[in-house]
Amino acid sequence: MKRDTMVMGKESALPVGGKTPHSPGRLLEPLLNQLGSPGRRAFVLPALDVPVKPPETLVPAGMLRKTPAPLPEVSERDLVKHFLRLAHLNFSGETNFYPLGSCTMKYNPKVNEEIAGLAGFAKVHPYTPDEAAQGILELLWTLEQQLREILGMDAVSLQPAAGAHGELTALLMAKAYHDAKGRSRRKVVVPDSAHGTNPASAALCGFEVVEIASDKRGRISPEVLRSVMDEDVAVFMVTNPNTLGLFEERIGEVASIVHSKGGLMYLDGANMNALLGLVRPGDMGFDMVHVNVHKTFSIPHGSGGPGGGPVGVKEPLRRFLPSPIVVKENGRFRLSSAGPDSIGRVRTFFGNTGALVRAFAYIASLGSDGLKRVAEGAILNANYVKALIRDVYPVPVDETCMHEFVASAKELKASCGVKALDIAKRLLDYGFYAPTIYFPLIVEEALMIEPSETESRQVLEAFAAALVAIAEEATSYPQKVKGAPHRMPVTRLDEVQAAREPNLKWSPGESS
Amino acid sequence: MEFVPITKQDQEVMLAKIGVCSMEELLKCIPSSVTRARLRLPPGLSEPELLRVAERLASRNATSKSHVSFLGAGAYEHFVSSVVRYVFSRGEFLTAYTPYQPEASQGTLQAMYEFQSLICDLTQMDAANASLYEGGSAMAEACILALRETERRKLVVSGTLHPEVRQTLSTYLKQVGTQIQEIPRADGISDIKEAGRLIDSQTAAVVVQMPNAFGCLEPVRELEKAAHARGALLIVSVNPVSLGILEPPGAYGADIVVGEGQPLGTDLLYGGPYLGLFACRKELIRKMPGRVIGMTRDAHGRRGFVLTLQTREQHIRRARATSNICTNEAMMALAAAVHLGSLGKEGFREVAFQNLQKAHYCLDRLSTVRGVQPLFKAPFFNEFAVSLPADPEEVNGRLLEKGFLGGLPLRRWDPSLRSGWLLAVTEARSREQIDRFVQAVQEILS
Repeated sequence: MKRDTMVMGKESALPVGGKTPHSPGRLLEPLLNQLGSPGRRAFVLPALDVPVKPPETLVPAGMLRKTPAPLPEVSERDLVKHFLRLAHLNFSGETNFYPLGSCTMKYNPKVNEEIAGLAGFAKVHPYTPDEAAQGILELLWTLEQQLREILGMDAVSLQPAAGAHGELTALLMAKAYHDAKGRSRRKVVVPDSAHGTNPASAALCGFEVVEIASDKRGRISPEVLRSVMDEDVAVFMVTNPNTLGLFEERIGEVASIVHSKGGLMYLDGANMNALLGLVRPGDMGFDMVHVNVHKTFSIPHGSGGPGGGPVGVKEPLRRFLPSPIVVKENGRFRLSSAGPDSIGRVRTFFGNTGALVRAFAYIASLGSDGLKRVAEGAILNANYVKALIRDVYPVPVDETCMHEFVASAKELKASCGVKALDIAKRLLDYGFYAPTIYFPLIVEEALMIEPSETESRQVLEAFAAALVAIAEEATSYPQKVKGAPHRMPVTRLDEVQAAREPNLKWSPGESS
Repeated sequence: MEFVPITKQDQEVMLAKIGVCSMEELLKCIPSSVTRARLRLPPGLSEPELLRVAERLASRNATSKSHVSFLGAGAYEHFVSSVVRYVFSRGEFLTAYTPYQPEASQGTLQAMYEFQSLICDLTQMDAANASLYEGGSAMAEACILALRETERRKLVVSGTLHPEVRQTLSTYLKQVGTQIQEIPRADGISDIKEAGRLIDSQTAAVVVQMPNAFGCLEPVRELEKAAHARGALLIVSVNPVSLGILEPPGAYGADIVVGEGQPLGTDLLYGGPYLGLFACRKELIRKMPGRVIGMTRDAHGRRGFVLTLQTREQHIRRARATSNICTNEAMMALAAAVHLGSLGKEGFREVAFQNLQKAHYCLDRLSTVRGVQPLFKAPFFNEFAVSLPADPEEVNGRLLEKGFLGGLPLRRWDPSLRSGWLLAVTEARSREQIDRFVQAVQEILS
């Protein structure tokens, strides 16, 4: 069976074991530098139309490059074929169901791509004088207002380039806030279910990271929190809904504990998709929040990026916002340096404007009601998938979830040696991308599933059926699952070897 | 607009399977003590309405299409093949995420491996990562690596570094007690004598930009000697396009190369998303920040690619990671790979050659205008500063009316450079455009 005739969720023609009816190796694409031939060109520049001077009369000879960079020399036709063939080796949100937990792989509206590509946005230089950039400044200012409203915050910075960059920005602000009060604080508290970026960002700011254990129901334990909370804690970083997809029910109590010691409440907004139009971080006691526009606000994830990580804060933190900020005065917009208490710049230029344009368009297209339908849809879809598979894949904390849930392959591992990793790989054979696996760390053999609101009931049912079928295979033909994937361009890859002897670039004439 | 495909009938079936009667009952997982939101946003727009709003906003910006631009200062207009836009638009790349499942992500992984290889070809370094956010934070990450590697506490930073890169570096490092000393500027470049005095046995790295923020070429070889004599690393920030004609940093001993990769196929985008470049010597590979792609074999011995050296990263190492970065700028890296592929060996050299020639032609012509003089004597690549006999902001205002985006008033960066005006001239400017621009400047000044 050829790969292009594969039907999502149907996997009947597969033999048992590692052998496949076709040779996946045929699908591999040579490296770009193996395609070329000296003298071949794709793009050709207009002829140089100014008088030419010998380069060594313009630049000291010692500063000139001796031999040209050995770039591949390919035709335009070969270039297009190469990258299209690579594209075909990918699963993506557009071509496959992509239930990657914590990543909110929702559909990315096409009109937003068209808008972001308008010359009036895409071809604006970052140093264009304000009077000649009123449209883009108005858009950014409006997006700030939209996010303030959605997050329940008093001020927003659009600068951070990604979620982790937003965390760093907010933590630097928290540090400045405490320093300004005359008492520096050294510690940041995170739950053991936190995203890895939380402790990494805290460490980058020079904080000591204190991790607290979640309770039996996967929530923050106010009692445990109280035992570590003192006046040396700068920030408590919370993800709500948490990484188990569960709402932190005692969030009010948690916020009072933190605030009673003068600490700040930070929301990692990675899971904001579950809250849109339902509840606002600012109303739950949070002082700061970042939101991932590439998750919640439908910016395409771009094989890893770019994204955007705007940060919202409450009034007492406003004066620490990074520079620059968008100001509206008498109906005109301008960029302004932030005040003397600002943490400074966190990057060059304004921000990931191209991503922010899409976020603006998404919010404008949905409005208050549309955003609420997004969150409700995400919650409904997640609970539906959970209901369809929970008898086969136990969910350690089996309560109503928000936008995602975490199941476990622990029982399958014990009964037939099939791990979460094997199930993830086998799902690829069924035409589904894999859930996030082995995260959060507090669930053994974790399968973290986030369907998002843009998938139809049929897709969710096909996905659940595949998971159930894989569990049956795991019992009857465990080797078939352990040897998966069988239908991808390559079989399981040797990651140990890759790390032991890193091969990170081509060498001239390398053959594959 | 509506992107949720759940019909009323779907909802009933789903709620029944879940075992609740209504959406309200499902939402009881949010305790009643939490205030419910009542958002006050305008009603959602249909696609035609949204386009109308967006087009109105877009029409109120001066662009490199509506105006002939001489603005650079860290972000540059270049010719880009349609192939780059086409590949960028492909959903198979655009709507995938970080390739955690390599068997279903070989396209992205191979493209990123090729990007890493191409950056090594340009810089002559041993290894590159699969992108950081942009030039400023890439520089901060490089300095963090140098501080860890040398276990020293001081950075000696050229005063000709892009001021926004310099400010970003400060923001990242002032919290952790790093001492940052600045090499003074002398006639547009780092004062090498002063550099020698500042670099000592506590210096983790010497940081320089080539070409520097004013377009001038730096005495990188002298800085390399001074840095390595004291056991400090040399960190160089490059404009990658310049490497078509300028010596690659690997050839003069750089330990880490960073840079703003926007000129490699990414639009101006009012400042982002751009592309943080990061490359280093092989001894530093295991301390690099960010995603790194490696080649390996599958169970049948076939070539394949994976995310590798992941034990450096936040999702494994948490508080002890080399960096907190997760989402990067993979699409911009893809665009750079396609762009470099479209130019090829000869095209890449020719772009740099044309930049060099056109910038010098422009300065020659401008120097014929009464009162306009080069601000510095140092050699330059595609960007140079002049002093104007009038307020550069006012000149820019007049130029805007005539259809030009003038240079950057350098007062914005350094108040002492009141009459300074920084101009970039790339291959995208024709001789006719340059001549018309010089004519317009002459008219405004006379």
